[in-house]
Amino acid sequence: MAARTLVNLPKTAKRGQVIEIKTLVSHMMETGFRHDNVGAVIPRDIVTDFVCTYNDAEIFRATLYPAIAANPFITFHTVATESGTITFKWTGDNGFDAEASAHIAVE
Amino acid sequence: MNGPAGHIVVVTLLLCTPPAVAADIPLDQRRSSYADMTPENKAMQDEDSSNPGMLAVLDGGALWNAKAGALGKSCADCHGDAAESMKGVAARFPAFNQSGGRPIDLEQRINLSRTQDQKAQPLAFESKEMLALSAYVAMQSRGEPIAQFDDPRLKPFLDQGRGLFNERQGQINLSCAQCHDDNWGKHLAGNVVPQGHPNGYPIYRLEWQSLGSLQRRLRNCMIGMRAEPYPYGALENVEMELFLMWRARGIKMETPGVRP
Amino acid sequence: MLDCEQPTRRKFLAAAAGATALTLVRVEPVRATPASMKAAIRTVVGEAPLKPGKVKIDVPPLVENGNAVALAIEVDSPMTPTNYVKAIHVFTELNPQPNVISVRFGPRAGRARFTTRFRLADTQTVVAIAELSDGTFWQASADVVVTLQACLETL
Repeated sequence: MAARTLVNLPKTAKRGQVIEIKTLVSHMMETGFRHDNVGAVIPRDIVTDFVCTYNDAEIFRATLYPAIAANPFITFHTVATESGTITFKWTGDNGFDAEASAHIAVE
Repeated sequence: MNGPAGHIVVVTLLLCTPPAVAADIPLDQRRSSYADMTPENKAMQDEDSSNPGMLAVLDGGALWNAKAGALGKSCADCHGDAAESMKGVAARFPAFNQSGGRPIDLEQRINLSRTQDQKAQPLAFESKEMLALSAYVAMQSRGEPIAQFDDPRLKPFLDQGRGLFNERQGQINLSCAQCHDDNWGKHLAGNVVPQGHPNGYPIYRLEWQSLGSLQRRLRNCMIGMRAEPYPYGALENVEMELFLMWRARGIKMETPGVRP
Repeated sequence: MLDCEQPTRRKFLAAAAGATALTLVRVEPVRATPASMKAAIRTVVGEAPLKPGKVKIDVPPLVENGNAVALAIEVDSPMTPTNYVKAIHVFTELNPQPNVISVRFGPRAGRARFTTRFRLADTQTVVAIAELSDGTFWQASADVVVTLQACLETL
């Protein structure tokens, strides 16, 4: 089952307006520092990278470490420059890959 | 609560609390455990785009529409739009099940539909699918007041649940009531003792870092009291759920709640 | 409470060998120290001086549960193509590993601000460092009291 994502941003904006983008992705973010009930380390399994593009131009990027809480929540801003597609991509350990996208109409 | 500090406080509580029967919280003093949270945790719950429980609700929506079982039917095929058909449903569970002669909770009711109506495999308690589907169904009752639970057939089970809530148990020999009726609002090892209402379930619990059911929470509580927890699906768990829902009657549902 | 969870150095090395993409500056005990945080900061900043100011950290001073702590960081900047915040890096003193998150902005960000939720293994100090387009580094720190720790719990 592909990881569930939830993104939130305005559907429309005025040109030049600074908008806020909120993102949430389903992931345990196993730190690699926990032990199971027989003392073995539970291997690290985290989202490591998050990239956001706006009509293919990168507008935000984050490198995540085990200290990021489960179900990573990241919010940031961007200037609404033109109508188009904003895409979100999460990658991580064990080939983790999740994507989402949203359209914005800018007048 | 963890570690020696928690135990010292608990033992002190045990010694200082007289063995009187705990009194119910007066109806107008009852409040959701939401009220005890920090502003940041409240904010996490308030917005759907920041509430991690909403990820499970989205998964549950997909399951609601997915064909399942020998008959290839989805929940939607019979129940249509959940926002209409499931509104208020979670607020009145556990409900009396005629054929079983006992109350069942929402998860057990979902499995009844799965096995009898969809001819599909039941979903395992606490599985990702069961949590997602029960979260999706329960979310349709968000904002609805919890039912009055005055069905006379429920009374003997409600009384059993009240007994379980009030009796001392486990190695620590504490009852639920001693903390949650008598000492709510005070602090235990740095955390506020909530009244313990079930109006947000399934909840996204920060300690679990995932969604979990009311039965999971009750089992956690009993393990915390060093008592043997009842297995998932046991009548005792349903009786306790029933009593807790009755105790919270009128309080608005918040599923999916966020709790520390 | 923490002592019985303390892995040995051998177990930590075995775990580190198994972990992918985990950059170690040098071998450290699993419980990090202010020294390992300083080393992690130097990896990012190099020899450049760290100036206090411009960075504002918004984090609750006390949290009930260290598993999901709200964090907001904003840097005072006009965010123009010639004067903008390139990156913000967040570190902790006492988590098993000092890095928390690194974010990269361009002038298109409009506002040098981001929020997230992170884990705190214990009461400790959080440090945020902003890297500006003119090559300067600015830092701020905040203390958080944690009543229930994250990261090191057993199942």
